Amino acid sequence: MSTEQYNEGLVTHHPAFIDGHSVDIPTLKILQQDGTVYEGAELPDIDQALAERIYKTLVFHRVLDERMIAAQRQGRVSFYMAALGEEAASVGSAAGLADQDMIMAQYREQGALMYRGFTLDQFMNQLFSNEQDLGKGRQMPIHYGSNELNYMTISSPLGTQIPQAAGYAYGQKMQGKDAVTICYFGEGAASEGDFHAGLNMAAVHQAPVIFFCRNNGYAISTPAEEQFAGNGIASRGVGYGIKTLRIDGNDILAVLKATQEARKYCIEEGKPVVIEAMSYRLGAHSTSDDPTGYRTKEEEEKWQAHDPILRMKQWMLNQSWWTEEQDSEIFEQLREDVLAALKVAEKIDKPALEDLVSDVYDQVPEMLEQQLNELKAHIKKYPDAYPVTSGRIK
Amino acid sequence: MAQMNLLQAINNALDIAMAEDDSTLCFGEDVGYFGGVFRATSGLQEKYGKARCFNTPLVEQGILGFANGLAAQGSRPIAEIQFADYIFPAFDQIVNESAKFRYRSGNEFDVGRLTIRTPYGGGIHGGLYHSQSPEAYFAHTPGLKIVVPRNPYQAKGLLLAAIRDDNPVLFFEPKRLYRAAVGEVPEEDYQLPLGKAEIVKQGSDVTLLAWGAQMEIIEKAADMAEADGISCEVIDLRSILPWDVETIANSVRKTGRFVISQEAPLTAGFASEIAATIQQECFLHLESPIARVCGLDTPYPLALEKEYQADHLKVYEAIKRSMDY
Repeated sequence: MSTEQYNEGLVTHHPAFIDGHSVDIPTLKILQQDGTVYEGAELPDIDQALAERIYKTLVFHRVLDERMIAAQRQGRVSFYMAALGEEAASVGSAAGLADQDMIMAQYREQGALMYRGFTLDQFMNQLFSNEQDLGKGRQMPIHYGSNELNYMTISSPLGTQIPQAAGYAYGQKMQGKDAVTICYFGEGAASEGDFHAGLNMAAVHQAPVIFFCRNNGYAISTPAEEQFAGNGIASRGVGYGIKTLRIDGNDILAVLKATQEARKYCIEEGKPVVIEAMSYRLGAHSTSDDPTGYRTKEEEEKWQAHDPILRMKQWMLNQSWWTEEQDSEIFEQLREDVLAALKVAEKIDKPALEDLVSDVYDQVPEMLEQQLNELKAHIKKYPDAYPVTSGRIK
Repeated sequence: MAQMNLLQAINNALDIAMAEDDSTLCFGEDVGYFGGVFRATSGLQEKYGKARCFNTPLVEQGILGFANGLAAQGSRPIAEIQFADYIFPAFDQIVNESAKFRYRSGNEFDVGRLTIRTPYGGGIHGGLYHSQSPEAYFAHTPGLKIVVPRNPYQAKGLLLAAIRDDNPVLFFEPKRLYRAAVGEVPEEDYQLPLGKAEIVKQGSDVTLLAWGAQMEIIEKAADMAEADGISCEVIDLRSILPWDVETIANSVRKTGRFVISQEAPLTAGFASEIAATIQQECFLHLESPIARVCGLDTPYPLALEKEYQADHLKVYEAIKRSMDY
């Protein structure tokens, strides 16, 4: 391919500037807020069992988020990030994948991990960084990960997983695996250099990766219009030569349909896809944030009317796949379960002292052995100052 | 045994690694059909195909991000950064991602199969942006291994060990020696140990330590000092991280004098770390202060390169000062 081809296309003899907004990007919508389907809309591949699994995941998500925000306010957990109002994006997309597909998330996709089967206790163990946390208590709350469930452990620096997802997917393809990688990020992270690096690498090297952008309107306090000037994130996918789709991110059927189609394309063509899911972050960015400082109550209320969970519930009721009784029952049961699990997890011991120095390398090097031994001797001398570990040193 | 220059030795190691494991990939800017600007990957695309040896877009953070993903997936990526001076756009991917992947996930995931190759160092009239020795920046980051070979034989054995090591390894290649250094290199497979220094020459009066291209300099200074009747023990550190404290400390306990030389600027270079550790280990054995002979605390200059360098004469003077203390 050369630059020559561009000279042979449409020719004009007057300067004709174009911009991203002159590219019309349609938004896929299937489900209306009252639970009815748009006329002519095509449903995703879904039956009652799948619908129930998705809906129960959404409820678990909502209950855990609400409970953990409260737990953080009570000082029981140091930090939390909820996804109130945008749960459909992660849950619906995870439901459109196969179990062997790798999930590389940013930090607000606990819904995808729930869908894969991460248990309530596993969530709690990570949130309380106790000795049963798969991450051995090394990262802040919400940095989940599970090799068994193909969910890459979260990294705090924003956007770093984007080029990694391109590499991961390229490896899957090279080894002839029937698998893709999905990579989640927000519209804020799409400003990072890694976004551009990752999309370009995936496009040029034809990696079967789904870049899933949750455009939820805010990056902490910075609104989308101060984040980018183009036509959202979708227009950039087009620029990199990647098939791109914009969807209503609060419409679970649209999210599911888009992901099912994207996965099929990735596998068949061995190429990437960009999906931009338009949504709204109803809650705070994290428990360290207070959105009343930068947006109005009216704006939030407007978006509350687009609640994706209510929308799906309405559809389930309309299908006669769900009842109000079932609904109250499951909410109540989950609230009890979450509280009980929280009480157990917060009492489990912190990780052992040895976990300070393991996993830096594949084996603990001599200098770290030495530093650990010196530390143990010191703790033994001042046991009261280090109550978490002093009683457990052998 | 064959005669090879340093580039041929590296090319030979890459060839062996790619032949033994289908999941081994070489990529970076211009490494494909052209074989890299220094030709280190010459012939590999021809032999192993475009899918396993390829050019990337011009994006260092993309190269390392892509490599991290491949390594986490179970492939064995060997990523090339065209000049060590241009590794900084990839700094976040190396320092925050490669180095911490295993630790932060509690060993659920790792990128241990990753190797990063990059030419470093000066003396090639390359000026500010083609001459830097950035090893110390990475040495401050737990989780990485850092290796610097001094000649073709070392380069092949250490690179094969780096590729097969189950930790991410940064492999800095002394580009001044790419074609200048020629030596005997076995054509068959062999490995040299990571994390171990090598005593290149035994001596009793003073210990001289360096790594990479700087080894030539201290060997030359040692020859001058020997002519004055000073017996020098010459050691190649080989691995910056983890580094071989024991071999160095044993030597300094024996000689009582210690001169370290590095190409990089003096302040906060890896020589400083070595000096601090060795004075703690060997305090009562030292006959004179530990000396560091380094580049100046300036960017690497173009016209006055020779003045800037920690050359053999500066090392020779440091040896004499140490002896006369």
